[in-house]
Amino acid sequence: METASTNYHKTDVAIIGAGPVGLFAVFELGLLDMKAHLIDILDKPGGQCAELYPEKPIYDIPAWPVISGHDLTEKLLEQIKPFHPHFHFGQMAESLEKTDDGWKLTTDTGTVIEAKVIVIAAGGGSFVPKKPAIANIDQYENISVFYAVRKMEQFRGKDIVIAGGGDSALDWTLNLQPLAKSLTLVHRRDDFRAAPDSVLKMRALAAEGAINLVIADIKGLKGDAPHLSGLQLHSREKGDFEIACNTLLPFYGLTMKLGPIANFGLNLHENLVPVDTEKFETSTTGIFAIGDINHYPGKLKLILSGFHESALMAQKAFNYVYPDKKLRFQYTTASSDLHKKLGV
Amino acid sequence: MKIHVTDFDGKEHTLEALEGWRVMEIIRDHGLPIKAECGGCLACATCHVYVAPEWQNKLVPPSLDETDMLDMAVDVKDNSRLSCQLIMNAELDGLRVTLAPAG
Ligand SMILES: Cc1cc2nc3c(=O)[nH]c(=O)nc-3n(C[C@H](O)[C@H](O)[C@H](O)COP(=O)(O)OP(=O)(O)OC[C@H]3O[C@@H](n4cnc5c(N)ncnc54)[C@H](O)[C@@H]3O)c2cc1C
Ligand code: FES
Repeated sequence: METASTNYHKTDVAIIGAGPVGLFAVFELGLLDMKAHLIDILDKPGGQCAELYPEKPIYDIPAWPVISGHDLTEKLLEQIKPFHPHFHFGQMAESLEKTDDGWKLTTDTGTVIEAKVIVIAAGGGSFVPKKPAIANIDQYENISVFYAVRKMEQFRGKDIVIAGGGDSALDWTLNLQPLAKSLTLVHRRDDFRAAPDSVLKMRALAAEGAINLVIADIKGLKGDAPHLSGLQLHSREKGDFEIACNTLLPFYGLTMKLGPIANFGLNLHENLVPVDTEKFETSTTGIFAIGDINHYPGKLKLILSGFHESALMAQKAFNYVYPDKKLRFQYTTASSDLHKKLGV
Repeated sequence: MKIHVTDFDGKEHTLEALEGWRVMEIIRDHGLPIKAECGGCLACATCHVYVAPEWQNKLVPPSLDETDMLDMAVDVKDNSRLSCQLIMNAELDGLRVTLAPAG
């Protein structure tokens, strides 16, 4: 797997989403000599299969009587390896501009990809952190409230509250404690679903007074937005009370939201992208949508539907990438040309 | 069998419920805005609902796994449940729940 490092790239096809469908699209495009870059906000490939059900068995992948979400992802990566896809993980495909011969896609971390064709394989939307339902929390975001840690240094010397009881909450409690001026872990119950080892370490820090552990619900934020000065908490034992802090990091896992694709100027149908069923192209020439994100009469949100859509999409994408070439239909079993591409 | 579901705007919907169906599935299949992203795998906590007080004690108590997964829900209260873990049967006829924020 190649993880691209520099910030500007030119390629044939930019695929938004590295779920099973985005991954398989690399294969179908590759057979037709098109190179692809993939962008995903997750830090790993596999989309829902990797994030929501890695261990669960899937029974309706043709010719795999049973395969787990994790193994399906691994097999797809193996299958597309000959085509050297470039992955841009941990990045949100944020904006799309028309260029003379295609599109310019920019991510939220500043990666720019110029491509002749855009394939939206965004599934159920981008996986983004859940936001607690606390009044006005958005006014404090990115100054005092953060849902992810990109640079630890940013939190040096801060009075931090971490909220949540899962692995992210516990891992960041352990990692940021040495840097923080003070660190308080707030969780709604005195039980943690995180890895037992992390829980033991956190309890040890709490016992020696290196962190505060507070069992309570967060009810409100204090301080002139965007600057946080404290939290209003509530617990059964203590009733309403407050603690002081200038930084809040809530960790309640991820949820899928359509995200910036809503602003790409495409027609939308209830947060889905309508396409035709001949080539799975959107209302905008040169932009395709495949997998769970698309909508057409009779659509089934199944992995196998997305695989089929990938194959048809690639046929049409070829016309945009190679306007002067004629496409020849070939079987992978029989074509020595395809064998060469596959390295077999 | 029926269940009553209050949406985010406070509007109550009375839904036809089927024996053996998960409450999440009933809500989802009637087109109400419940995310239920993991389809009932106890992996997302986006099927979070608040159970009306008079129904709280009539439900099978949450499993350890459900209680753990509730940590990944936002705005959890004493009457919070994951609706994919509530299976409809005659005793739950008339169940009243309110959709919780999904984050
Ligand atoms: C519990 C469960 C069980 C399932 N079981 C089956 C089954 O048995 N058989 C079956 O066929 N299907 C099953 N499915 C459905 C299947 O997982 C989906 O159909 C499949 O994941 C869709 O693949 P996709 O590549 O279209 O999208 P996804 O898997 O949703 O991947 C899309 C990716 O795009 C990323 N993304 C979106 N927008 C952006 C953006 N702007 N910038 C960066 N990244 C972005 C997301 O982060 C995500 O990683 C199941 C789903 C669930 C939840
Ligand atoms: S649907 Fe995911 S936990 Fe209930």
